[in-house]
Amino acid sequence: MTRMIAWAGAAALLAAGTVTTSYAAALNDAQIAHIAYTAGNIDIAAAKQALAKSKNAKVRDFAQEMVRDHTAVNDKALALVKKLHVTPEDNPTSKSLMDGAAAAKKRLAALNGAAFDKAYAANEVAYHKTVNGALDKTLIPNAHNAELKSLLQTGLTLFREHQAHAEHLESALK
Amino acid sequence: MARFSIALAAGTGAMLLSLALSPTRATVAAPKTHTIVIDKLKFGPVPPGLHVGDTIQWLNKDLFRHTATARDGSFNVDLPAGARGVTKLTKAGTIAFFCRYHPGMTGQLVVSK
Repeated sequence: MTRMIAWAGAAALLAAGTVTTSYAAALNDAQIAHIAYTAGNIDIAAAKQALAKSKNAKVRDFAQEMVRDHTAVNDKALALVKKLHVTPEDNPTSKSLMDGAAAAKKRLAALNGAAFDKAYAANEVAYHKTVNGALDKTLIPNAHNAELKSLLQTGLTLFREHQAHAEHLESALK
Repeated sequence: MARFSIALAAGTGAMLLSLALSPTRATVAAPKTHTIVIDKLKFGPVPPGLHVGDTIQWLNKDLFRHTATARDGSFNVDLPAGARGVTKLTKAGTIAFFCRYHPGMTGQLVVSK
């Protein structure tokens, strides 16, 4: 429940067309890059937690994929911000994502075995939904630089694939 | 003059020979290699005219590791970012394929004899 509230909070912050519109419109590329990078890092950290705790082959395969894919995107993002001379800038959305991640990590740390696997898969589904919504409605429309926009679009396609994979995983664990 | 006749005869002979051989070449096509490019979490277009004996070269231009995996289990090619892999076509029919890591990535090979 804590997790859902945390992600819902992040989603609300990220959603365009709500009370946060004025903030969303004010996002600059340095903040957008920070949010996207943070979102990737959170999922890498969650996957590392799963790799440390889970013995389920499907869960471990999925977690390894998350580490591999998000590392690839984040490496590309770092190279891009360096090339553009942009320093990613911390902001309330990144903080909200980090808070949500910290709550999820704590909750998952208390679980073991099948209970952990199910909770991890459910969290991955919820998390990818949140980030997909943010990329689609807020980050991509607000990005100014064409290369950043293009990388975010690749990120969105990737997150959608991960959401589908997480949903498969979640139903396979039931 | 004599030399010219010989040359002409040799030339005509070569033409006749190639005419005689050409139907054989047309009916037994040499195996081809077809390339399918993977980029931005998508399989590119599958080339038409695939035949048994041809080879598919999978070229992963994406940032991510993918696989080209047949739904019927007939092939499973691991494709790290930037890598190439090959599949030899050994049977006719329609073979659906996907990426094991990114289930939305799909395609199909239509292979004739």
